Amino acid sequence: MSESTQSTERTAPIRVLIAKPGLDGHDRGAKVLVRALRDAGFEVVYTGLFQTPEMIANAALQEDVDVIGLSILSGAHQALFPRIMDELRAKSIKALVVAGGTIPDEDVEPLKALGVAAVFGPGTPFQAVIDFLHENAPFRVDEL
Amino acid sequence: MGLLARVGAGDLAALARLATYVENQEPLGLEAIERLYASTGRALTIGLTGPPGAGKSTLIDGLISTWRERGLRVGVIAIDPTSPLSGGATLGDRIRMRERPDDAGVFVRSMASRGRRGGLAPATAAMIHLLDAAGFDRVLVETVGVGQEEVEITRFVHLTVLLQIPGSGDGIQALKAGLLELADIYVVNKSDLPGADLLARELSGIAALSSSLDPKGEDAVPVVRVSAVNGDGIVNLVDAIERIGVRRRDASNLDRIARAELVAVMTESIRTRVEAATNRADIDRLVREVADRRQTPRRAAEEMLAALSR
Ligand SMILES: Nc1nc2c(ncn2[C@@H]2O[C@H](COP(=O)(O)OP(=O)(O)OP(=O)(O)O)[C@@H](O)[C@H]2O)c(=O)[nH]1
Ligand SMILES: [Mg+2]
Repeated sequence: MSESTQSTERTAPIRVLIAKPGLDGHDRGAKVLVRALRDAGFEVVYTGLFQTPEMIANAALQEDVDVIGLSILSGAHQALFPRIMDELRAKSIKALVVAGGTIPDEDVEPLKALGVAAVFGPGTPFQAVIDFLHENAPFRVDEL
Repeated sequence: MGLLARVGAGDLAALARLATYVENQEPLGLEAIERLYASTGRALTIGLTGPPGAGKSTLIDGLISTWRERGLRVGVIAIDPTSPLSGGATLGDRIRMRERPDDAGVFVRSMASRGRRGGLAPATAAMIHLLDAAGFDRVLVETVGVGQEEVEITRFVHLTVLLQIPGSGDGIQALKAGLLELADIYVVNKSDLPGADLLARELSGIAALSSSLDPKGEDAVPVVRVSAVNGDGIVNLVDAIERIGVRRRDASNLDRIARAELVAVMTESIRTRVEAATNRADIDRLVREVADRRQTPRRAAEEMLAALSR
């Protein structure tokens, strides 16, 4: 254990990964969210379209993000989310996971059961997302 | 196990975690560099710079592949600008680099510039040390897309690669001073587009002229034509980097880098110490006096500095 003290509060911007899993080629929604989060003071890593669960987990791990935002339009969430959550668990990634896009109401509870902290439907005000991230982004502590 | 031991064992998750503490200049990150510094100095460090959209990130993806084929581990630090208004940032370099989830020999980390000027981030040098200590053989730093005057990167790496692209308007005449004088390799990227020949000729002309005027008789800066999207010329670029890298690791260049970092760290700590030693009221009073022409900016600054020795 080191003699240096561990910070007890956040001293830097919250880091967020916005990923676009699945095969649909629309990322306007994701890009607008990236911009809104940047304007709210977050550091946002954007990895583009067509991300596989392995690619998302790799980016989240190397970028050490506090939050992973999964943007999805394709309706493939039922197939993709379990694989993504498995992949994150396998790599011991502790980030807060949230989802956004067109996800039917009846699918929200199953996603939460998988470990997705929040599901933001179309038309959710950005401020609601921003507030949620500020309140729930994990603060992690390590030993040298 | 603590982070340092895990990094030593090649654990990229631990490296990523430690990188956050280093980037934030938190006590844990500063302490990590204290412990690791003695084992740094092995990596060849390379800056990649050039205007926004020149293809720096795309090219890095090709460089990673080529070095991996040669069995070398590659660490990348990719810097994007922080918004001066919000303090937030969009870090988009990673889009152009393929994820390599099964390859522990590649580590890519995005960093925001966090108010530092010159195309770098405040902890760039420390982050280079971290990746060096973690055993990466080549450490690449992609600067923010910059203009000619942003030469900061050249101070912190063994060699600097400057990207230019064809058809960039007013052409090379505008590029009189700055990066063009300090870069070690000129790359004409997007050579698949019209105008690449002309640009390469112009750059070669500048390189030959500079070399003929150089008092130390340095070789002309090589001009390498590349297409980052289709991979043409990337092997030539890697060969040029390797060749020049050997020369750039001689004692005088290592001293040059050490001196630059020492000065940068010292300047930064003087700034934070002066700020800590001067109280707000004193600063406000000095500002007032300078604005009212009762004191010169220089005298006021001397007074602030004097607070350090009190
Ligand atoms: N035609 C062509 N396009 C290229 C080449 N290299 C990159 N591009 C394209 O240029 C655009 C910008 O590429 P990036 O790699 O993001 O450029 P960059 O210099 O990293 O950009 P910033 O980090 O924003 O400054 C992308 O659309 C690339 O596909 C090339 O060799 N030829
Ligand atoms: Mg880039």
